[in-house]
Amino acid sequence: MIPGPDFLGLAGTIILTTLSTAVFLLFFGSRLNRWSTLAQRIPGWVGWLAAISVGRAFFEAIVLLVRLLERPEEHRSIAVHAFDWLSVGGFKVGFDFLIDPLSVTMVLVITGVGLLIHIYSIGYMKGDPRFSRFFAYLNLFTASMLLLVLADNLLLLYVGWEAVGLCSFLLIGFWFEKPSASNAAKKAFIVNRIGDFAFLLGILLIAGTVGNLTLGQVNAQAGAMAAGTATTICLLLFAGATGKSAQIPLYIWLPDAMEGPTPVSALIHAATMVTAGVYMVARMSPLFEASGGIALTVVGYIGALTALWAALMAAAEYDIKRVLAYSTISQLGYMFLAHGVGGYSAGMFHLVTHAFFKALMFLGAGAVMHGLGGETDMREMGGLRKVMPITGWTFMMGWLAICGVIPFAGFFSKDAILATAWAQGEYVLWAIGIATAFLTAFYMSRLYFRVFEGRVKVPEGVHAHDVPWTMAVALIPLAGLALVGGFLNLPGSLTLEHFLEPVVGESTVPHGLTPWLLAGGALLVAALGIAVAGSLYLSRSGNVRRRTLVHRLGPVAVAARNKFYVDEIYGYGIVLPAKRAAAFAADVFDPKVIDGAVTGIGRLVGRTSEAIRGMQSGYVRSYAATFLIGVVIITSVLLARVGT
Amino acid sequence: MSDVPFLDITIFVPLAGALLLAFIPTQRSTWIRYGALAVSLIAFVTSLGVLLNFETSNAGFQLGSTASWIPQWGISYATGVDGISLWMVMLTTFLMPLGILASWSIEKRLKPYFIFLLALETGMLGVFSSLDLFLFYVFWEATLVPMYLLIGMWGYERRIYAAMKFFLFTLVGSLLMLAAILYVYFSVQNPTFNYQTLLAQVHFDAGVQRWLFLAFFASFAVKVPLVPLHTWLPDAHTEAPTAGSVMLAGVLLKMGVYGLIRFAIPLFPNAAREFVPWIMALAIIGIVYGAVVAIMQRDLKRLVAYSSVAHLGFVVLGVFVGSIQGMSGGILQMVNHGLSTGALFMLVGALYDRRHTRRIADFGGLAKSVPILSGVFLFVALSSLGLPGLNGFVGEFLVLLGTFLSYRWWVIPAAFGIVLAAIYLLWAYQRVFQGEPDLEANRTLPDLRVREMIMLAPLVALIVFIGVYPKPFLDRIEPAAQRVVTVLNQGRPTPELQSSAETQP
Repeated sequence: MIPGPDFLGLAGTIILTTLSTAVFLLFFGSRLNRWSTLAQRIPGWVGWLAAISVGRAFFEAIVLLVRLLERPEEHRSIAVHAFDWLSVGGFKVGFDFLIDPLSVTMVLVITGVGLLIHIYSIGYMKGDPRFSRFFAYLNLFTASMLLLVLADNLLLLYVGWEAVGLCSFLLIGFWFEKPSASNAAKKAFIVNRIGDFAFLLGILLIAGTVGNLTLGQVNAQAGAMAAGTATTICLLLFAGATGKSAQIPLYIWLPDAMEGPTPVSALIHAATMVTAGVYMVARMSPLFEASGGIALTVVGYIGALTALWAALMAAAEYDIKRVLAYSTISQLGYMFLAHGVGGYSAGMFHLVTHAFFKALMFLGAGAVMHGLGGETDMREMGGLRKVMPITGWTFMMGWLAICGVIPFAGFFSKDAILATAWAQGEYVLWAIGIATAFLTAFYMSRLYFRVFEGRVKVPEGVHAHDVPWTMAVALIPLAGLALVGGFLNLPGSLTLEHFLEPVVGESTVPHGLTPWLLAGGALLVAALGIAVAGSLYLSRSGNVRRRTLVHRLGPVAVAARNKFYVDEIYGYGIVLPAKRAAAFAADVFDPKVIDGAVTGIGRLVGRTSEAIRGMQSGYVRSYAATFLIGVVIITSVLLARVGT
Repeated sequence: MSDVPFLDITIFVPLAGALLLAFIPTQRSTWIRYGALAVSLIAFVTSLGVLLNFETSNAGFQLGSTASWIPQWGISYATGVDGISLWMVMLTTFLMPLGILASWSIEKRLKPYFIFLLALETGMLGVFSSLDLFLFYVFWEATLVPMYLLIGMWGYERRIYAAMKFFLFTLVGSLLMLAAILYVYFSVQNPTFNYQTLLAQVHFDAGVQRWLFLAFFASFAVKVPLVPLHTWLPDAHTEAPTAGSVMLAGVLLKMGVYGLIRFAIPLFPNAAREFVPWIMALAIIGIVYGAVVAIMQRDLKRLVAYSSVAHLGFVVLGVFVGSIQGMSGGILQMVNHGLSTGALFMLVGALYDRRHTRRIADFGGLAKSVPILSGVFLFVALSSLGLPGLNGFVGEFLVLLGTFLSYRWWVIPAAFGIVLAAIYLLWAYQRVFQGEPDLEANRTLPDLRVREMIMLAPLVALIVFIGVYPKPFLDRIEPAAQRVVTVLNQGRPTPELQSSAETQP
């Protein structure tokens, strides 16, 4: 290894800064407010402290990027070892970190977007009685997510993987007084645990096959694995990703997760945590490549189907945050679609741009709720751009980006995915992707038009107001990034795909005339989606047209509005029978059958029944004494025999 | 330093302290409380002498002493610890002061209570340190009486039933063991109870081994407890006073597993090997069944009790899979379970002190009235459900890895236990702590007191420490664990990791 900058120190600082702040705030955040007059004089100091710690991590991340870029391309993967964790009988796992283009990209997104969301939260969470706990959790989340992406072995990655799940649980259930919030939190954790169960089996299978969990070694030995083993491993890992990244069949927790405070939805359930699965598949791409076709086909199709499925539900939803949640599920599906056709850098590119524009839109939705007294029903809103100009204009950037309008960020990243799918000959996936692109443009325009355009409409008795400056300073840079984020990957300069090449392999995005034709097609589709939404929601006769459309769609519209009854199917098909079985075990089988049989045998063999009767009549101690004396007698008799 | 017989001192400090307590006038309740605490702390300090003088890489027995006791019967006072019993001793001395702190609210018959508790400690320490089967049996039975009395005299409503059930279940088991011990004793040339002599001399043919193993196994399996012999546990736990539950879950159950590791496997290795699949099946049934039954419990303490059945299933699984990872993980998991479940029982006890109920339905919304208690409860619950980064995960992962290396398919139902653990613990947490506090009684509870924080803080600290840096534990466990694995595996190839393990930088 080339001696040079202290990479271990940098990685350690990045994680520990946020972790230590989290611990400090957890113990002293609200206490200092009670004890210290100084603390009382600086309102929101807790939030600023939390934001500063993330800011510090962001700064270190930039240093890390610079140090990485100083090195020649082939030396941009640095593994550092902090200390041993588990080490038994030749099996060794340590606190090892991997600094390479992929992890640094993720660290920059997490700390950069995270910083803006922290600042935004200072305004958004103002006045909440658990203000300091919120920031403690948010910092704990940041630290866990950083651990996840910096880990150099799968077990440490799993630590971060479950820790972000815990933070998600804590933050979804932040307002735990509401049963809906605590239910959503529990659901999120348990559904994720099901995915993690598969993930853990995958890790065990790797440990048993490779004897080691270091990322580099696992990927290096992927080629030597039996195809069946590699495929099984990949499918198990991907099953974990369907939990964390909310894909079919485990996506059901994410819409409910909107019970959490909106900055949480932006940071955890849009920009960072839910992309952990996408990151993980990119990270393990050599393994997925080596496993042959099946695993990647599954990844691609699950991603594509999820993208379409969630987009359909988004189009029928009235809750502004839930539309965004379905949209996130759908966009994550896009990223998996990209991975499935071997377009790892395209998938990562979309991850980055999506982090910008979706975080922006969630924060915009939060601003709307903030301005309208917590209202989330889009039917109660309208024309808000006039009342809340900063929110409206910045949201517009996000809307155009996700629709894929040139030159906004989403145009480039979505186009890279679709072009890759086409170039790989995956026309079915491409077709699903383009259909989803239409739906995306439609439902997001529906949201945008309903909420921000048209006649001004606010819930009764609400005095709508725009965001305070702490929230605006988060919205504006994100809007900027939604606008120019796509240039990260313009050919010529240092492009993201070129930067990531050492990790995920050469980009498969085609060049030449075809991609331009495809891009033009995608643009037309986006325009069509926007136009349809406009005719339904902006024009005066939209009302009538909407009714006709819903009527024509009939049961499809009803089903989509009811989330295709998936929650009900799981509830009655799995949860209820399982609960009944558990109740039978707890109330009948264990006390009656097992206890009955065991004590019954006891009664036959010994004098248990008398003992119990004796105990009821109050001679317990005498019986106990009898037993003890019996033991002593038997022992002494036997021993006496030996003694003589 | 190592000339000081720290181990023997540690064993008898609590008993001596109990005798001294007897001389304190009954009405001096503060003296009695602090006296008991002081005694348990002294025992902890002397046990640190054991820990510090322990040679890490030595797989044999250390720091003990041997003295002839009743030489004509081949009975000796022989003690010593290896990397397995070391941690059981440490766990006992560590938990006892905390258990005494948890008993601060006991008012009635204070003196006998603390005397029994300290006598129990000597019994448990003796069990883990004895290298003589007779001595072992004496200590083993000696734990029975104080525990029986603790449940029966200071327990809750159905304490008499629970105490009796505990007593009878365990006693029936121990009688079988006694018979087997005597058989072993007579089987050698010069009858002796000395463990190491017996280990070197006994050779039983397959049939005899089978019966002897089953006799030992019956006794230990009741204690662990393995399904279907577990039904005494929920009753005993639910009715026992807090410290009783802490010691019962924290230490007494481990005596069962310890007995399997120390006696049943090394003395009858062929029979042990033969029964491996059966025992593994029972362990895995325990993991899944204990968790499933825990989900629907209405009593918080019963829920924790059933979670113990599941956790001990993991421990036994690890011990019998026949790989060093499984064995080490199983042993570490005994420590982890003692810490996590001990803390859970303390927290349930703290809730009972406040609300005089353990019914989950009587609670709700406590996170608002007792935020610190609720936070600590969640933290401990997370360690219990195996959240990576905390102690439980380290043990469970090693057990699962060990299982996977020897019997790959068995790992699937075992690993599913982590999903079930999340369900019963988080659902219980939700019902007790989340939501609005609807009942007036839940709105105005005092949060954790300083005493309670002092008793929980060391547990919380160790839960994190073992989760992040289990090396000091694993390094000492491994040599001794390896010895047992080798015995268990004779005639069967030890599962090895791939050679690439060595190529790691």
